[in-house]
Amino acid sequence: MSEFVFLYRRPAKDRTVQQMQESMQKWQAWFKTMEQSGHLANYGQPLDTKGGRVVKDKQGGYTDGPYAETKDIVVGYSVIKAKDYDEAVALTHGHPIFDQDGMVEIRPLFKMEA
Amino acid sequence: MKLDGGFFRQEAARLLATLTRAFGMANLALAEDVVQETLADAFETWSYQGVPPHYAALLTTAAKNRAIDVFRRQRTARRFAPELQWHIESEWALAPAVEAMFLPDALKDDELRMMFTCCHPRLGEDVQVALVLHLLCAFGVEEIASAFLVSPSAIEKRISRGKKLLSESGQLFELTRADFLPRLSAVHRALYLLFNEGYHGASALAVVRGDLCRDAMRLVRLLVDHQPSATPTTYGLAALMWLVAARLPARIDQAGNLKDLFEQDRSMWDEQLLGEGMRFLERSASGDMITEYHVEAAIAGMHSAAGEARATPWADILELYDVLMKIRPSPVVALNRAVAIAQHQGPAKGLEAVRAIEDAGRLTTYPFYPAVLGELELRCGHVEVARKHFQEAHRLARNQGERRFLDNRIEDCTPKTVPGRQDPVRR
Repeated sequence: MSEFVFLYRRPAKDRTVQQMQESMQKWQAWFKTMEQSGHLANYGQPLDTKGGRVVKDKQGGYTDGPYAETKDIVVGYSVIKAKDYDEAVALTHGHPIFDQDGMVEIRPLFKMEA
Repeated sequence: MKLDGGFFRQEAARLLATLTRAFGMANLALAEDVVQETLADAFETWSYQGVPPHYAALLTTAAKNRAIDVFRRQRTARRFAPELQWHIESEWALAPAVEAMFLPDALKDDELRMMFTCCHPRLGEDVQVALVLHLLCAFGVEEIASAFLVSPSAIEKRISRGKKLLSESGQLFELTRADFLPRLSAVHRALYLLFNEGYHGASALAVVRGDLCRDAMRLVRLLVDHQPSATPTTYGLAALMWLVAARLPARIDQAGNLKDLFEQDRSMWDEQLLGEGMRFLERSASGDMITEYHVEAAIAGMHSAAGEARATPWADILELYDVLMKIRPSPVVALNRAVAIAQHQGPAKGLEAVRAIEDAGRLTTYPFYPAVLGELELRCGHVEVARKHFQEAHRLARNQGERRFLDNRIEDCTPKTVPGRQDPVRR
């Protein structure tokens, strides 16, 4: 089993209360299937998309961002266990982020061979 | 944890009402932003590991903290509610003042104030209802548009027209104002329309319609629980809603077919709502004023009390429709009265009554007008005429449920099935 970070990306968009609630329930359902099938290593966290700073030099110079208008801003991450890329990709099946014009970036964690 | 679909909308509405009081009506948009951000953050967080048990308190605290933050950042830039101005300027008084605004009792009154505010006499009823749905039920523009089968831009226009007038009027409606009672009757009307849209409305989605009915009932419940607004008329309106809502579970069968009053499985009616509705009906009788809500509730009560469709006391119901035609005549009421006449005196008399409806011109887009004509003609044995009426009704039908209902009626007009109909009641 390898571990993969799932980076959730989607454009920031205002949604109605009903839409937010439905989305929340679908995310919870997806996490539940990951957990029950033994694929969940770590829930991870959502990230606040309203602000952020990108520090660009050792003097602490920074720019604000990423901006909310940016498409495909990272809105959160989880750590998922899978045998390989194929399985990791298959696990994103049914993830609600695709209903929100979003995507999942899958990045493997390094594993030291013992 | 199982969360009812309307729960978070209800929380959003509650927070919006209080934030609007805190910020002042002129800053309604700011209050809406704060609610939106508070909920968006909460939902993001809860998407991962679930909704915590004390979610309501968490939402309130989050909204409160954001409000304090807004006051700090904008105390010089904006004018807030006058009674808060002094507190805002003093750092140590700010937090306790905001704290007090978010106590449970204050929250409940704020929703009432918001409700009365939305029913401003200078706004048309369609605007009032749109505002109630938007500000007190937290529905988005597109959601309201889909419930009413109106374009989103039309709803957007209604809402922005309404909000503009409200923000110019400056403040939330105070419940101690002299014009409380006239405003209360505007509130009754708006909630009645909201409920009706849920029960008879255009949207095809059972969920949407159930939501509208439940929201109207939640808001009427606030009126019932607040002594000055718990008038006999409020009880009449509550009785009407509870008694009619009790039938909702039987209104659409498992196959998704619309069932009218006569063909519903009455064992599916909600006993608890019926009981509560009957108690409201008793309490509505204490005044000397009879409103359309009283009469409609009384009619609903008679249907509920009749154990089966055949036991319906049509003579009494007809009398009530006569009263209703005096208090609040409308072509729809006249049409329902004609159905009662047909039940009581036969389909031929019913047809006469339908043809005598004065402003029937207003019913030309209402699918149930030709549907009733078809039903009565069919019962008179005029199968061909009946079929034409049902086809017309089908053309006007607003959603799949209505179309299916009428498909079955058109099917009934094929000669082979007619002789098999033993019980000639309107199904």
